[in-house]
Amino acid sequence: MSMKVATRQVDGVTILDLSGRITLGEGSVTLRDAVHDALAKGSKRILLNLADISYIDSSGIGELVSAFTSVKNAGGELKLLNLTRKVHDLLQITKLYTVFDVKDDEASAISSFK
Amino acid sequence: MTPDSAASRLSMTLSSSLESVDKLEHTAEDFAGRAGFDEDTVPHVAMAVREAAINAVLHGNSYNTSKQIIASFETTSTDFIFRIADQGTGFDPADLPDPLAPENILRGSGRGIFLIRAFMDEVHFRQLHPGTEITLIKHRAPSQPAT
Repeated sequence: MSMKVATRQVDGVTILDLSGRITLGEGSVTLRDAVHDALAKGSKRILLNLADISYIDSSGIGELVSAFTSVKNAGGELKLLNLTRKVHDLLQITKLYTVFDVKDDEASAISSFK
Repeated sequence: MTPDSAASRLSMTLSSSLESVDKLEHTAEDFAGRAGFDEDTVPHVAMAVREAAINAVLHGNSYNTSKQIIASFETTSTDFIFRIADQGTGFDPADLPDPLAPENILRGSGRGIFLIRAFMDEVHFRQLHPGTEITLIKHRAPSQPAT
């Protein structure tokens, strides 16, 4: 199953609802394009909803990191929402859990953007 | 191509493609499940195999269609064993940067071997001249019969 992205705007925050697998190849490219597209449209507050991400490999982890730095370098903020246990564990193992701002509630995630 | 109780070893020669990576990952899930690993361990084994396959296809053979990858799965009474060899220029695993180091934590790559080591019990590298062979071993608990 390849990755899909649905984009919506809530209170000035661009929410990318991701589903499927973020893996080397199509999945990573889809995520990269979606984040770059949001930045190109002027979004500075980006929330990646990972609730329906079933799998992520090292390339996918790298793409999340690249997205984080791209948004930060553009003067914005990128946060993660609704990690599955598998993704949560991977971010713990790679010590990225403390790098990302991780939320588990959409409303509070949106209000956390300043 | 499917492992069963009578055939606990499977060898494959595959092209240097993402389709081969996916195929090896799915075969690893099948083998690890039949080896009796629990539902948390099977995905870890499959991910380690996927990462090793990515290394072979991407970093070893550089997607070169004239180069192949040779892989094997084996279940013994004590271990799940996966081997994969590429035909690339080889590399020294000691040269790999630590992905947990503060200066590397925000790098967009370089976590594959780290994840393999995190999920498997033993990881061995062998230089083939040309190419690299990596062997991944996961120990089976004594109460894990093959099905």
